[in-house]
Amino acid sequence: MKISGAQLIIKLLERQGITQIAGMPGGANLPMYDALLDSDIKHVLVRHEQSAGFIAQGIARVTGKAAVCFASSGPAATNLITAIADAKLDSIPVVAITGQVPSAMLGTDAFQEIDTFGLMLPITKHNYLVHSIEELLEVIPEAFSIALSGRPGPVAIDIPKDIQNQMIDIQQWPEPGTAAPLAQPSSADIKQIKQMIESAQRPMLMVGAGVINADASEQLVQLAEQLDIPAVTTFLALSVFPHSHPLNMGMLGMHGTKATSIALEECDLLIGAGVRFDDRATGKISEFCPQASVIHIDIDKSEIGKLKIPTFAVNADIGSTLRELLQLMPSDNRIEWHARIQYLKAKHAIITPAHGRLSNPYCLLQQVAEIAGENTNVHTDVGQHQMWTAQVYPFNRPRQWSSSGGLGTMGYGLPAAIGSALAEPERMSLLFSGDGSILINIQELDTAVEHNLNLKIVLLNNRSLGLVRQQQTLFFKGNLSAINNRNAVNYAAVAQAMGASGFDLATAADPQATLQQALNTPGVVLINVPIDENEMVFPMVPPGAANKDLIEQQAC
Amino acid sequence: MSKRAVLELKVRNHPGTMSHVCGLFARRSYNMEGILCMPMADKKFSKIWLLVDEDKRLEQVILQTNKLIDVLAITEHAASHEIFEKLECFFNS
Ligand SMILES: Cc1ncc(C[n+]2csc(CCOP(=O)(O)OP(=O)(O)O)c2C)c(N)n1
Ligand SMILES: [Mg+2]
Repeated sequence: MKISGAQLIIKLLERQGITQIAGMPGGANLPMYDALLDSDIKHVLVRHEQSAGFIAQGIARVTGKAAVCFASSGPAATNLITAIADAKLDSIPVVAITGQVPSAMLGTDAFQEIDTFGLMLPITKHNYLVHSIEELLEVIPEAFSIALSGRPGPVAIDIPKDIQNQMIDIQQWPEPGTAAPLAQPSSADIKQIKQMIESAQRPMLMVGAGVINADASEQLVQLAEQLDIPAVTTFLALSVFPHSHPLNMGMLGMHGTKATSIALEECDLLIGAGVRFDDRATGKISEFCPQASVIHIDIDKSEIGKLKIPTFAVNADIGSTLRELLQLMPSDNRIEWHARIQYLKAKHAIITPAHGRLSNPYCLLQQVAEIAGENTNVHTDVGQHQMWTAQVYPFNRPRQWSSSGGLGTMGYGLPAAIGSALAEPERMSLLFSGDGSILINIQELDTAVEHNLNLKIVLLNNRSLGLVRQQQTLFFKGNLSAINNRNAVNYAAVAQAMGASGFDLATAADPQATLQQALNTPGVVLINVPIDENEMVFPMVPPGAANKDLIEQQAC
Repeated sequence: MSKRAVLELKVRNHPGTMSHVCGLFARRSYNMEGILCMPMADKKFSKIWLLVDEDKRLEQVILQTNKLIDVLAITEHAASHEIFEKLECFFNS
């Protein structure tokens, strides 16, 4: 069978099980877009290529499968960069395919030529510049295999236009790329962990997104229950535990509760499962868990000892490790430690004010969660609204939570929420955004409306770049600089102008009723919610400080 | 002068491999004092020899280098390895 390089690319993507691709056409990838016309793959046209990367992330985060984005060369490729870098830091399997100027013109400063290979290199797990049409047969399956294997991550493939146009005779198709088998723990590893847990008085689990990537959330919760071990979770791993689980202490770190910080000071064994000891989680690392021996289980060997030297490390699949521990270890009750944890949790719980007014972020989040129910995928942008959501949203299932953690990219939310609405149309895609963040990719409302997605945007509008304002208030003597607090955008009207439904609780006679009505309105809905601009996220660990030195609330 | 070590990398021989190795050292700010690269007898592979600092970060350097898809194997040698010593005459004239 004789086909073009472009047809070959599309065929190989179909064979990978890809059904949707987000992207934008341009000179250097036109052959691929021509070939797409003959494919069942649904193309989602974005209004900015950054969103193509985030839509792919949105799909990948809720499904666990690799997702694909397309962009042309030059400015299209540079527009992708932020979303790919974001995928790298959060270990998300995205395959980015860019068009490039024809091979013969490489290195001549041709129109829209940019060194995409060089740009993608430091922000991907691996990347390619394809040199011949035959290479595609190897590179595309391999890209998926790399994106999905071990610790997942983004892979970028840059394909010159002449290779897309060249013809090739295909006799036999390569096997689709899949995740490579994971390293398994040895029986000595399991014995050692068992022994360390048994000799600990106050063990604590630190749960990371590696557990979600290993599809091992259920086993992790089961092990915590069986051995009566409390858990803190990292920002990305929030949905591993059902929110109200008695052993779940919630997020640790910069905006974690004081209960987590005290418990981590007191614990004598820390079991890091699929974590990388990020500074936002550990605070000043030399003072993190000062009394504890550390077990570190992670599939990425380079994470072991990178920041925290473990007492014992297992570089293997967390899922198998948990299953073996579940089999081997009898159930246990840690009466004193359990009581201590329950005491700390109760004493330092985040309190949602009883008045229930929606201008209070916690009240708003609780009420939205109640109305939206459990069948949602929850996204945020970056800022205070993100941290409030992380603190109190009642997650109940792994992969329900999708937010930019490692890179903290404002603008992530809307396109990522579009991605999850495309991937799981049966669930409501819920986005909590900020008045600052939403503007970064607001053009994608048009995309969401085009596909009539079940997408609800709750805009926490404090008329400022709130998290910046908070840092200036706390650490720069209250000198406010460039926080855009004159922002007077009528967001509900913007939504309406772009074909979505827009609601504004500022002018609603009965805000609760309007919120209810808005969340029950089909299609794309934006709800502007005025939030008191003086609200802050507490507790807060000052950047660089130890977690124990957190600020509980504003000293007035 | 800080202590040195020599790393011997077996890599896939194609354009881009050198960029991946050098890029890793640059962005993680590991010092790379010397680099040599030639295809092996089997042209599918190349050897890269690196002269690097031997400090407490070396183990992390090796782990990160090992993650590069194009790097197939790494062997660590002491700094007295003859490969760089024999070449010194080309660099001191
Ligand atoms: C792309 C990008 N630029 C800048 C920042 C720095 N930053 C972090 S939070 C924030 C303010 C976010 O404002 P908003 O979306 O209104 O959220 P709020 O904090 O008010 O809830 C800024 C500017 C960032 N994280 N990402
Ligand atoms: Mg704001």
